[in-house]
Amino acid sequence: MATSVELSTEEGGTEGGPLLDVRNLHVEFRTREGVARAVNGVDYSVDAGETLAVLGESGSGKSVTAQAIMGILDSPPGFVTQGKIIFQGRDMLKLSGEERRKVRGARMAMIFQDALSSLNPVLNVGEQLGEMFTVHRGLSRKQARAKAVELMERVRIPAAKERVRSYPHQFSGGMRQRVMIAMAMALEPELIIADEPTTALDVTVQAQVMDLLADLQREYNMGLILITHDLGVVADVADKIAVMYAGRIVETSPVHDIYAKPAHPYTKGLLDSIPRLDQKGQELYAIKGLPPNLLHIPPGCAFNPRCPLAQDVCRTEVPPLYRVSRDRASACHFWKEVVGDDSAPADKA
Amino acid sequence: MTTAPQPTRPEPSDGQPADREPILQVRGLVKHFPLTQGIIFKRQVGAVQAVDGVSFDLFPGETLGIVGESGCGKSTVAKLLMNLEQPTAGEIIYRGEDITKLSGRALKAVRRNIQMVFQDPYTSLNPRMTVGDIIGEPYEIHPDVAPKGDRRKRVQDLLDVVGLNPEYINRYPHQFSGGQRQRIGIARGLALRPEVIVADEPVSALDVSVQAQVVNLMERLQDEFNLSYMFIAHDLSIVRHISDRVGVMYLGKIVEIGADEEIYSHPTHPYTQALLSAVPVPDPEAREYRERIILQGDVPSPADPPSGCRFRTRCWKAQERCVVEEPLLAVPEVFRGTAGPAEHDSACHFAEEKQVVRPED
Repeated sequence: MATSVELSTEEGGTEGGPLLDVRNLHVEFRTREGVARAVNGVDYSVDAGETLAVLGESGSGKSVTAQAIMGILDSPPGFVTQGKIIFQGRDMLKLSGEERRKVRGARMAMIFQDALSSLNPVLNVGEQLGEMFTVHRGLSRKQARAKAVELMERVRIPAAKERVRSYPHQFSGGMRQRVMIAMAMALEPELIIADEPTTALDVTVQAQVMDLLADLQREYNMGLILITHDLGVVADVADKIAVMYAGRIVETSPVHDIYAKPAHPYTKGLLDSIPRLDQKGQELYAIKGLPPNLLHIPPGCAFNPRCPLAQDVCRTEVPPLYRVSRDRASACHFWKEVVGDDSAPADKA
Repeated sequence: MTTAPQPTRPEPSDGQPADREPILQVRGLVKHFPLTQGIIFKRQVGAVQAVDGVSFDLFPGETLGIVGESGCGKSTVAKLLMNLEQPTAGEIIYRGEDITKLSGRALKAVRRNIQMVFQDPYTSLNPRMTVGDIIGEPYEIHPDVAPKGDRRKRVQDLLDVVGLNPEYINRYPHQFSGGQRQRIGIARGLALRPEVIVADEPVSALDVSVQAQVVNLMERLQDEFNLSYMFIAHDLSIVRHISDRVGVMYLGKIVEIGADEEIYSHPTHPYTQALLSAVPVPDPEAREYRERIILQGDVPSPADPPSGCRFRTRCWKAQERCVVEEPLLAVPEVFRGTAGPAEHDSACHFAEEKQVVRPED
């Protein structure tokens, strides 16, 4: 596991800016019931070799943001209405479909949650892995198969030579997820987006898969966006976190600070509401109420109906992302109260 | 309630509440699903040994957590307890009676007292029935519990008990969120005032912020109605939170069982240790000193489990003895009579205490 936390959080960052820079992204779904505003002004960036965890519950917009970055949003009904997705210096939203297709898979790739439904059941895994090379690199089928075996070895699938002709259903869940990772890794992309990559797996297998992903990331110095709802997984692998709620980022922070001193009541509520393996708690803290319906997001701060600190201003004014410290921000009018009086996060520069 | 008053909930730290009469005794429970070949003339070519010799007690008012990975047989145990599957062998003794042998009226009477809450609140509620009909359906099957005119009132009381607005009685499941649906599932489980509730992954399908609400509700109801829970889950943190005792299953067998403190802070079985070490702890400071045991490979097929100890193919301690001799679930010899927290049942020849979860400072 990566232990050092290296952050280059100043906008602009290192030469030529971050690997991926998402700015003020808005996505809406135009449905028969009305317009669901799934993403409402998201900003985040990822550098090479860095892991950004995007944390949120279902409906928070974390996956939709990822789909917009990848360019695989179902459209219609989904539309990017505003914003920029700058990847390696180019705004992805300005590219043609053909140009975008060249980036997808080769420069950025995605790992999905459910490997069984993401893989084609009637093609063997060798064909599916090899397709990456025949389509993007123009290799022959035979060469592609050899490449597929190599990839399977790289993701530590035992007996790769024999298993290259196996079909997805003949693999266990963990092995299938390795195939997914192999497919994403095939063309050695600079950015990988992993959408709940281990949610469907058992804990011991989850540990294997996360280990593999971290090793590969280090080896190839890739940027990784890890989309998850699991605060434990985040604590294990992430460098920095963006917490999403109702389509907005409500808090961003380096991973260490957020667990010690959350600066948004939603983050604090989440941290307090999970039972811990290492302590036998009393009654769990429960965030009251439910995540909002995206067709009717509450005015002001979207979290206000569930927030213990909510005041009148929260019901009328949308909180901007306040700067908490050099590399932290919180979209809460009362972030100072949340962080606490003795606040001053450890690394205040 | 037709039953006599029950003793109060055992102390959470009390590992073996031996002085109390268990409400449910499971002895040598076995469930093999036959594997057949041939279309017209089916012959059995093997068996999936889903559950293979499981024994435990459930005491009144306590929560027994069962953890294990997918395929370990924990859900099959739940089905056997509910008598939804016939066991291949073994007994489930409820109040002195083996319920696996019961049928007809006697079985129906027992089922009233053992109810189930299912994992997926989206598929376990009939979308064409109103909430009132769903929660009231148990009364159709057991009309003696609530006379017809009384049912609506009872259902509304139940809705109130689980924290839903009683006026929602005529709504349909799709009008509720996941957490609310699980509350409906719990209300249905409570309708007949059972003594035992078997909950199979009751919160796994829910969002993190909603999980806590449902877990708290289940704990409150347990105190209010003195329920015994069999809480089956793969999430070790939630199981620790809610359970008084915990059993760890691997490939159809319980490999370790004890009070929650004994299992989580003093595990002696290597599988338990690996399982606990693999759980990501929501504390980034922990990743530096946390020792993780990464198991190799996958769980073997339950149709062809390894000889001897079933965990030996993935165990770093495995020796010749593990291949030939199956370890029994008992207090390991090294810990016998030590009166320490490591003295609990663990099915390993080379049981060793190892702290993998760092206790909170």
